[in-house]
Amino acid sequence: MRIPLVISTLVARAVGTASRRSGKGGGTTLPGRVLNALNPAGMARLAARLEQGSAIISATNGKTTTAAMTAAILASRFRLAGNPAGANLSSGISTALLYTRGADLGLFEVDEAALPQVTEALKPRVLCLGNLFRDQLDRYGELELLAERWRGVVSGLPADNTLAVNEDDPQLAQLARGRESVIRFGIEDERYGGPLPHAADARYCSACGAAYSYELAYVGHLGKYSCPGCGFERMRPNIWAEEIELAGLTGSTFRLRLPERTVTVKLGLPGVYNIYNALAAATVGYALGARAEEIVSGLESTQAAFGRSERIAIGEQKLLLLLIKNPTGANEVVRTLVADGTPKTLVIALNDEIADGQDTSWIWDVDFEPLLGGLERLIASGGRAAELALRFKYAGFPEDRIEVVPSPAEALDRGLELTDEKGELIVCPTYTAMLELQDVLVARGHADPYWQRAARAREESGEARKPR
Amino acid sequence: MTTRIRLCHLYPDQLNIYADRGNIAVLRRRAERRGYELEWIGIGVGEALAPDCDLIYLGGGQDREQALIAPDLARRSDEISSALEDGAALLAVCGGYQLLGRGYRDRSGVEMPGAGVLPLETVAGDRRMIGDVSIDCELDPGEMLTVVGFENHGGRTLLDPGAIPLGRVVHGFGNNGESGFEGCRLGKAIGTYLHGPLLPRNPWLADWLLGQALARQLGEPPELEALDDELEYEAHAVALRRARVRGGKFR
Repeated sequence: MRIPLVISTLVARAVGTASRRSGKGGGTTLPGRVLNALNPAGMARLAARLEQGSAIISATNGKTTTAAMTAAILASRFRLAGNPAGANLSSGISTALLYTRGADLGLFEVDEAALPQVTEALKPRVLCLGNLFRDQLDRYGELELLAERWRGVVSGLPADNTLAVNEDDPQLAQLARGRESVIRFGIEDERYGGPLPHAADARYCSACGAAYSYELAYVGHLGKYSCPGCGFERMRPNIWAEEIELAGLTGSTFRLRLPERTVTVKLGLPGVYNIYNALAAATVGYALGARAEEIVSGLESTQAAFGRSERIAIGEQKLLLLLIKNPTGANEVVRTLVADGTPKTLVIALNDEIADGQDTSWIWDVDFEPLLGGLERLIASGGRAAELALRFKYAGFPEDRIEVVPSPAEALDRGLELTDEKGELIVCPTYTAMLELQDVLVARGHADPYWQRAARAREESGEARKPR
Repeated sequence: MTTRIRLCHLYPDQLNIYADRGNIAVLRRRAERRGYELEWIGIGVGEALAPDCDLIYLGGGQDREQALIAPDLARRSDEISSALEDGAALLAVCGGYQLLGRGYRDRSGVEMPGAGVLPLETVAGDRRMIGDVSIDCELDPGEMLTVVGFENHGGRTLLDPGAIPLGRVVHGFGNNGESGFEGCRLGKAIGTYLHGPLLPRNPWLADWLLGQALARQLGEPPELEALDDELEYEAHAVALRRARVRGGKFR
């Protein structure tokens, strides 16, 4: 029996309301799961109601931040529906679509593995492919398989789609070759490049199998490459960043070259990896008609996405949470920390739930070594705290300077104890460890409850937000 | 004069997907703590194994990378066998383990030839076997050891009749999810699906390999001084609990 759309959406919303009232959370995915079960075409039909269509952002690293930046760029131009709390599987997209009263454009971050299904349903007018890194092999499988699935996604895109692609990622650049409507983004600043790191992924040409030759790499395998085998090489991007000045953990300044204009951007988020996020957001904004001024003010007004690099006041002390989830992302966090002066105390919390990846081998591919010079004490936390401690021990960090404190809450307390009265403690949690820490911060009154925040974010960006 | 252990790491640029450098770091550090030096030599496609090699290491790679090195590895059958006959020890993990067998047959029936050093072959299966594993093994007669790790493989490995497995699966899939066996053992050569990486949480296996590698020069495995392995035991215990709770289940 087919359940009519109007009934399935009513039921799905009612389930969401009940779940929110019960205070149990799950409000960002449960209604969508109900809708998808009752009416498999529901997501596509709700999306079709968005007058201005949809834009989708996918990447291994930086989806949530990029979507937040893009939303800020587009906020004065469109009434947006989106998933700012990061619920990026098809259940999260459907949930967002259930609460889009008054919206005219969908802006969604989508999980790499969920991209085929969601793209098929949403038929996006803009699709942004940001990067593909090795991530949670037990969950996503090998990078090659994911890249192949994305190849299918790109070839199935509607003719009027604009593809925004990171030209510095050779696997993605290759997917975009031969397509008509492509906007390429990248970095043009040789001072920030280096050799290919240990954890680099796309070492071999996906067309001919020869090893790429890298002039330099900016983040992971993102950089200036060419293939000596078949001649495939990086093209000059249409939108790029140059004259980059990094300002440690506080942000960066760079020149943003748009096709017709050049502007200066002062970004409030740290690291070269956030410049890539900004470029992706600028490209999506540009594709949807945003002017240079809107792009700059959108980028400059963006604060850290939910938990990605959030600063929280705890009395006179400050806490900075920096999410780590895979080698490339963690390498960039390490690089940013070292550039800012390595902290004396560091808490790293490694969990191994499904959302973190049950296989913890990735921590051995992270280059933690640059931290060892300045670090005085490591507090290893999370369900796999001992494994993390071993990573540092076998890197040569003295064992008597490692404390194993599996409970993230206790590790936080211990870290604060070792931090100066008015100092800042840096905690690098994996995803579920971050959620645990946020619960602790909420319970102690240092932060708002997650679902309240998520609901507020939805109100702000989703429901009937008037153009400014 | 200190004895130097010469480690030949085959294809470090291609086969490195499951944090193989963690295994190398453990071997190096545990050798150094006992006063031995570890000389690491990366061996790429077309390059010969170093002479007087004490230990050979092969990691795992993605399908593409494995396909890139497979023809070269298949030509090394005699080279690796004679190094083993000369007394070298060997550890091969995941993809490296599969390709040391006679070959890998994918779902379309295409055969990727292996080195044929280990008495086994691998065929592609329908569902990947992913999760924590624990096995019992007896590396030296009468000494039962527990080894824990993480497996993630689509291939089903079948040992030849009479071939010796590395161990018996306690929790997890192992070679093929049916035989109850994990890995393969041929003298001082070990092949296994267990990564994680394998050696940090199983320091006794690392020490066994070091002892076997040293035996090539010293005649027999030397007594290795005990180290403070408290963290290693703890990591082992956690991994063992995970294997008990979530090993051997298809998702």
